[in-house]
Amino acid sequence: MSGIEGWETVVGLEVHVELATETKLFCGCRNAFGSEPNTNVCPVCLGLPGSLPVLNRTAVEYAMRLGRALGCRVEASTFARKNYFYPDMPKDYQVSQYDLPINIDGVLELPDGFRVGIERAHIEEDTGKSTHIGGGGRIHDAAHSLVDYNRAGVPLVEIVSRPDVRTADQARAYAHELRGILLATGVSDARMEEGSMRVDANVSVRRVGDETLGTRAEVKNLNSIRSLGRAIDYEARRQVDLLEAGDRVVQETRHWNEADGRTHTLRSKEEAYDYRYFPEPDLVPLAPDADWVNRVDAALPLLPAARRATLAGAAGVATADVATIVDRGHDDLAREAIAAGADARTVLNRVGNDLAGDLGALDAAGLTALVALETGGDLTATQAKAVLAEMVTSGRAPTEIAADLGFEAMDTGALESVVDQVIAGHPEDWTQFVEGDDKARGKLTGFFVGLVMKATRGQADGKAVTALLRQRAG
Amino acid sequence: MSAREIAAAVRAGERPAREVLEEHLAVVDARDGELHAFNLVLADEARAAADVIDDRVAAGEDPGPLAGVPVALKDNLCTRGVATTCSSKILEGWQPPYDATVVARLAEAGAVLVGKTNLDEFAMGSSTENSAFGPTRNPHDPTKVPGGSSGGSTAAVAAGMASVGLGSDTGGSIRQPAALCGVVGMKPTYGRVSRYGLVAFASSLDQIGPITTTVADAATVFEVIGGHDPLDSTSIPRPSPEIMATLGDGVAGLRIGVIDELMGAEGMAPDVLARTLEAVAALEAAGATVGEASVPAAVYGITAYYLVAPAEASSNLARYDGVRYGLRVDAANTADMNEASRTAGFGDEVKRRIMLGTYALSAGYYDAYYGKAQKVRTLLIRDFEKAYEEFDLLLSPTTPTTAFPIGEKTADPLTMYLNDVCTIPSNLAGHPSMSVPFGTGDDGLPVGVQVLAPSLGEDTMFRAAAVLEGAAP
Repeated sequence: MSGIEGWETVVGLEVHVELATETKLFCGCRNAFGSEPNTNVCPVCLGLPGSLPVLNRTAVEYAMRLGRALGCRVEASTFARKNYFYPDMPKDYQVSQYDLPINIDGVLELPDGFRVGIERAHIEEDTGKSTHIGGGGRIHDAAHSLVDYNRAGVPLVEIVSRPDVRTADQARAYAHELRGILLATGVSDARMEEGSMRVDANVSVRRVGDETLGTRAEVKNLNSIRSLGRAIDYEARRQVDLLEAGDRVVQETRHWNEADGRTHTLRSKEEAYDYRYFPEPDLVPLAPDADWVNRVDAALPLLPAARRATLAGAAGVATADVATIVDRGHDDLAREAIAAGADARTVLNRVGNDLAGDLGALDAAGLTALVALETGGDLTATQAKAVLAEMVTSGRAPTEIAADLGFEAMDTGALESVVDQVIAGHPEDWTQFVEGDDKARGKLTGFFVGLVMKATRGQADGKAVTALLRQRAG
Repeated sequence: MSAREIAAAVRAGERPAREVLEEHLAVVDARDGELHAFNLVLADEARAAADVIDDRVAAGEDPGPLAGVPVALKDNLCTRGVATTCSSKILEGWQPPYDATVVARLAEAGAVLVGKTNLDEFAMGSSTENSAFGPTRNPHDPTKVPGGSSGGSTAAVAAGMASVGLGSDTGGSIRQPAALCGVVGMKPTYGRVSRYGLVAFASSLDQIGPITTTVADAATVFEVIGGHDPLDSTSIPRPSPEIMATLGDGVAGLRIGVIDELMGAEGMAPDVLARTLEAVAALEAAGATVGEASVPAAVYGITAYYLVAPAEASSNLARYDGVRYGLRVDAANTADMNEASRTAGFGDEVKRRIMLGTYALSAGYYDAYYGKAQKVRTLLIRDFEKAYEEFDLLLSPTTPTTAFPIGEKTADPLTMYLNDVCTIPSNLAGHPSMSVPFGTGDDGLPVGVQVLAPSLGEDTMFRAAAVLEGAAP
């Protein structure tokens, strides 16, 4: 999105991520989405009197893995209680890391090289889920409410960025890149629509050149990366309009409404809770030793940024296809094909543009053979795409598939005679082609190639046709 | 007959557990109408459990070190399928789906559960008068309080309605009633007994411990319920404590310090001081070196305690909101329902402490109150450390006075709070301490002497307690 003339938007992002552990943060209940309500519960996650939390070691490991992937330092940390009343919170307090989080001071680098600082990535427990029935569908006016505690006690990591993001595009890229890191490290399935990755944006604006930050609004209920971008643009515009009208921005929590494309006041600062944080006495301090941190580091997979660099390095070019290929996890295939001698640009083109989903039966050897056929002139680009799709389904050799589909490379003589026939059939156009400048010639190249393709039912190679046309024109 | 004697006789097949139980149930029938030690007597379940013990003995099995011992449980310890009320209306109708770790360990050791005993609501009090179900009375003089908050378990043991009681001690709630009822009460090192299944009052202070008629019984029960529990993260990773092996070793060569600041504490009665000095003399006569110890921060204990404990309680008791279990008073919306339920469900003292604690944790006040109180705690631990460089054990009265009349202090919370001046420091420091009966006051009511030890010093502490028990007038 374009900025607003004379103004700068400042965004800090808070992302809650559900960790993909087998069990919950403080008990042995299953951590699973979509179970029958209130079936994955026990005295601990229901907060029954007398129950006590026991920290899930895997959750800590996942939190550290994510922290290290974001370049954070792992520190000795503690848990605190965040106190407020809400029916979907069984203890009426949330156990969360507060003043001493496990991960601090990291950085997330966007694909374009822009670096967003990470202030912290701490562990906390999720709440249950309320459904308000009747009335306005909100807790204060509902006829009754239903609570499902399956999610209560599910481990979360909250990743808090520094206020480094300046545009909606950067915010989207941040969320996208973070999602890629979560998937690569395997710590979360990061599904925004299922709520396993939830993004809140702290948005403020200031005049270009101002050093101090403006008053911020925290925007919640962003259920997709698209909503995130729209909400930031809307909110920045709203704040600029207020300020330009001589009004002021109020510090508050605002709710994004996807339907009307606006943000609405949820809680003002005056209504904000006093959470009365204090150290959680039922848990002991968490101090992972250097050994553990080293083991986590050693087991870290290659992250998207490194994978993009590796693939671009192997290909010798950095096209937009590289990011797409890494996002889809097809970079190993592409690198192997290039390593086996396939033409890098053709590989990036085919894998980046024509392999959206599962690789199916396709392997690097098959891809290498296909690219060789294409670069060797045995298959046109259009034919190569069709063969590739069939390779994913059947895994058969590209030559076999090409033969079955009737894709045979035309010999030069046959192609020359088709080109000559086409020229003969369109003498006026041909004259223009021969006498025209580069621009006119460029336009007419497309016209003649199209005619040749039609005449050969797509079997001609576009490049070869272009070369022949130039040759005939002299 | 002590718990150890009962278990020995039952294990040997000399006395049926059922017969032992019936004797105790007879005392319940005779006295509990007046004393009100129990919220719930589980006579039928107890009879069935006793019969099982007898069957096992008959089959040649050993039911364990507490075979056939009738036990009274403070009603803030969770019992599977049996109402656990904390003597509060707010838990009306709630039955835990699980047993506290200590309850499971007692059962494994062959103990027979007689019933659930009265307490100050959520263990907040020093007289067992703050119960939604009415006060418990002192078996030695029913016009007097039994102390609290574990007054029910203590009165049950003192009256012979149970051989062993379990209590919880947050600021003296085991030791103070033990002193006022003339029995032994012991608070372990923090983390030595699992808190899993103990309904929390102040999590960083709460410990479960035994109430018994003899020091050896307390040691045996402590051995049974103590030891690491993976369900409690604050549980110390050590096996079950070994106390009995050295219980009779005496105090010869031990250095025992009398805490100066507590001997001179506000409201300390002369007769209690006199018994304490006699206890010191008895230890000296048994070969200990005695001297005056100084723990200057001990006198600030009450102030720090009444910030830390209510702060934690305000959070621990938030879950009683009418949503999931216990009392619900319906209202127009959820927030009003929460408020109406809590207003109807909690008694005055609980409300007072929730408000105190909420205030102490509030933005802008945290540093001045909760933060400062935690610093006092650190200071106190340092003072204790210093004192323990010079002494192996410390000594003080358990309470400033003998049992006081029912109703005397209910109107004045601050006077009531002063009752715990000697017991609170051990909770704040996480140290073990125990009260041993040592004669009577001018009114003929029991006096208790408190033995204090550093962390994990229970074995030495019990040796001194055994000497005091032998020397008691």
